[in-house]
Amino acid sequence: MKRLRSVAELEKLRARVARQRDPNRICIVTSVGTCGLARDADGVAQAISRTLSDLGLADTVDFRTTGCQGFCEIEPVVVIYPQRIVYQHVTPVDVPKIISESVVGGKVIKKLLYVDPSTGEKVTREQDIPFYSKQNRLVLDSNRLVDPHSIDDYLAIGGYSAVSKALFDMEPMEIIDEIRQAGLRGRGGGGFPTARKWEACRSAPSLDGVRYVICNADEGDPGAYMDRSLLEGNPHSVIEGMTIGAYAIGSHDGYVYVRHEYPLAVANLGIALEQAREYSLLGENILGSGFDFDIKISRGGGAFICGESTALMASLEGKIGEPRPKHVHTVTSGLNGKPSNLNNVETWANVPLIINNGADWYSGIGTEASKGTKIFSLVGKINNTGLVEVPMGITLREIIYDIGGGIPDGKRFKAVQTGGPSGGCIPESLIDLPVDFDRLTEAGSMMGSGGMIVMDEDTCMVDIARYFVKFLTEESCGKCVPCREGLDRMLDILVDITEGRGREEDIELLEELGVVIREASLCALGGTAPNPVLSTIRYFRDEYEAHIRDGRCPAGVCKALITFTIDEDKCTGCRVCARECPQAAISGEKKLLHTIDQDKCIKCGLCRDSCKFDAVTIS
Amino acid sequence: MIELTIDGINTRAPEGTTVLEAAREMGIVIPTLCYHEGLSPYGACRVCIVEVVKDGGSSLEASCILPVEEGQVILTNSEKVSKTRRVIMELLVSSCPNSKTLQDMAANMGINKVRFKIKDRGCILCGLCVRYCKEQMQSGGIGFVGRGTSRKVATAFDITPEECRNCGGCEWICPVCERACTAGSLVDGLCGGCQNLAPVETCPVCVGCSESVGPHGHRVY
Repeated sequence: MKRLRSVAELEKLRARVARQRDPNRICIVTSVGTCGLARDADGVAQAISRTLSDLGLADTVDFRTTGCQGFCEIEPVVVIYPQRIVYQHVTPVDVPKIISESVVGGKVIKKLLYVDPSTGEKVTREQDIPFYSKQNRLVLDSNRLVDPHSIDDYLAIGGYSAVSKALFDMEPMEIIDEIRQAGLRGRGGGGFPTARKWEACRSAPSLDGVRYVICNADEGDPGAYMDRSLLEGNPHSVIEGMTIGAYAIGSHDGYVYVRHEYPLAVANLGIALEQAREYSLLGENILGSGFDFDIKISRGGGAFICGESTALMASLEGKIGEPRPKHVHTVTSGLNGKPSNLNNVETWANVPLIINNGADWYSGIGTEASKGTKIFSLVGKINNTGLVEVPMGITLREIIYDIGGGIPDGKRFKAVQTGGPSGGCIPESLIDLPVDFDRLTEAGSMMGSGGMIVMDEDTCMVDIARYFVKFLTEESCGKCVPCREGLDRMLDILVDITEGRGREEDIELLEELGVVIREASLCALGGTAPNPVLSTIRYFRDEYEAHIRDGRCPAGVCKALITFTIDEDKCTGCRVCARECPQAAISGEKKLLHTIDQDKCIKCGLCRDSCKFDAVTIS
Repeated sequence: MIELTIDGINTRAPEGTTVLEAAREMGIVIPTLCYHEGLSPYGACRVCIVEVVKDGGSSLEASCILPVEEGQVILTNSEKVSKTRRVIMELLVSSCPNSKTLQDMAANMGINKVRFKIKDRGCILCGLCVRYCKEQMQSGGIGFVGRGTSRKVATAFDITPEECRNCGGCEWICPVCERACTAGSLVDGLCGGCQNLAPVETCPVCVGCSESVGPHGHRVY
């Protein structure tokens, strides 16, 4: 590759890359992000390239592998451009048929089409799927257009034009003002105004002039993976955002702190950095501007606490990843005691968009105080699992029903947990709540990094609180007492309640302890950790009371409080449950009523899942 | 000099001092555990929390690491502070019930019941020993291992390192091993041996051992 020494050379290269691409040419796209790979997308990709070369189509049909496109539910997915015909759940066996019938023959294979769960109709084109058509994919949309291993793909969609605009047409303070007017707030959870952070870092004194920009890719929330998908699918957008930020702040050294558990993200980012360096889009004298900036990857060991800014920087220094008090902010004294600016992956990926399209365009999206779009990972009891990017201010109802396709199996929606393990559960009564930083906090939850776990009527809220507190107890660094011991005792109380040993005073004790942990902890992990408990008590107090007073789990989840019995009117004596039972606890002759031996029963629920007649009931 | 208000009293403190130092200078008592004059502040035990009043609201901060600021308004013993401090103390006692230092502090705060499960960990992870070893003895032979409730003070790979000079400083500074409570039986998580007038088997004769008894003698909480 040739080093680019000016904007003119970049534009010349871009024009050449664009010429090589014919938008009307047939292109097969398959996504090989982590979610796709888990369902053998790799096998599909290999089958496609093999079939194309076997049929001698390699020169006439383009083939591109991309990162995650967002709709994880339908992976592995094959999309045929230019019409954007989408096939879901593709296996390597389907590939020859797709190529011979659909790519060559121009026919649509009905069997592989997506079926809209709300209407039951088959959808042919990707853009017509409600999951996509109701989103506003400013950041994520590029994932389908670029092969993360190809910087040329990124250049073809206008990549690195924001860097050249920033370096040659804008002063650093102009960039910060643009970001301020756009109203960009940190996407990692805190929602701190990005421009204020940048300006504080820029103006903080540094004796030797060293300042750092850091990308926080230590995404540890259970069920959240938008940062991973961005790094895997479009690493150049993050690199571009960081370069612009570094120029605005006056930094020459960047770090990406990414989890070691994200091997594909690390690999794709490494390739992207190498390619950017080869084109001189990173390193010394970027595009001949005289500005130097490079990025190093630092892999974290997977501690949740290392997503906290001071713990992350301690870990980057090679110390134990534990937070320190923030009376002196990291923008003044962070990594190695130098002014350091930390932003989340998604925040960085938003920066090139703002520079390219202007602050007015960006601030036109979203609400008064929360601008732009936010990516959520919509998981749990939801039909359309995946990454959704929506404008701020959209209601939970729109996300869950219009985009998410509602709750599977006709179950009733109960609550949604936003903001990861330390977020709160928002009940059905607040489903029309507009989603932005401030409204979620008012409801006792938070935006967090954007996890969104949907729960249906079969979810026990006490059990959910127990699950998240257990996660946080294990992930607390253990430095300060309220977080380490407080969460541990909170977990004890919750375990007692779910196992039928709850006491009347436990709810008040949980509330009292929750407030102490929130108020007295050293860092934001402890400061938000009681949210799942406090919010479930606030909205689902009756469930706690049912556990404690009546020894009853209303959702039928807490094993110590439920018994499985067989309804004599419904049981047909088919023996299916008896065969499934791992404990051989079910007895009964064929065609006669079966019974469960409660002493042997371990309440695994296999009998209930296997019964076709709904004869196994929980009480 | 920085001007600030502590418990309604205007005071001045040199820049760079902490709220704890400024309050102690005024004679205000703030309990501490992980703080030591000769060591760098750590902010882990949280018993020294104070209420910082600001912009119509307030927050709790550990005073040992809170630098004084111009115009700061601090409450060291407000209701919010004492309520929170008592819960923290309960947590500490429940995780280390045999420490006389902790039992005495709990008694001082008028705690008459520990409502949490007793889990004797034998250590409150205040980090005094770790900092003493590193900062005063220039050794660094011990440190923290693990995270969350598995966190412990240990030597690397559980082997006594060359850096350890067997000075015994870590034991000396430890608020837990220094004076172990020998009462043996705990009532509601509290030893009561030194605090309660009620006869306790381990104390045939009351020697008034606690600092907290005061001029009014013992009292059953």
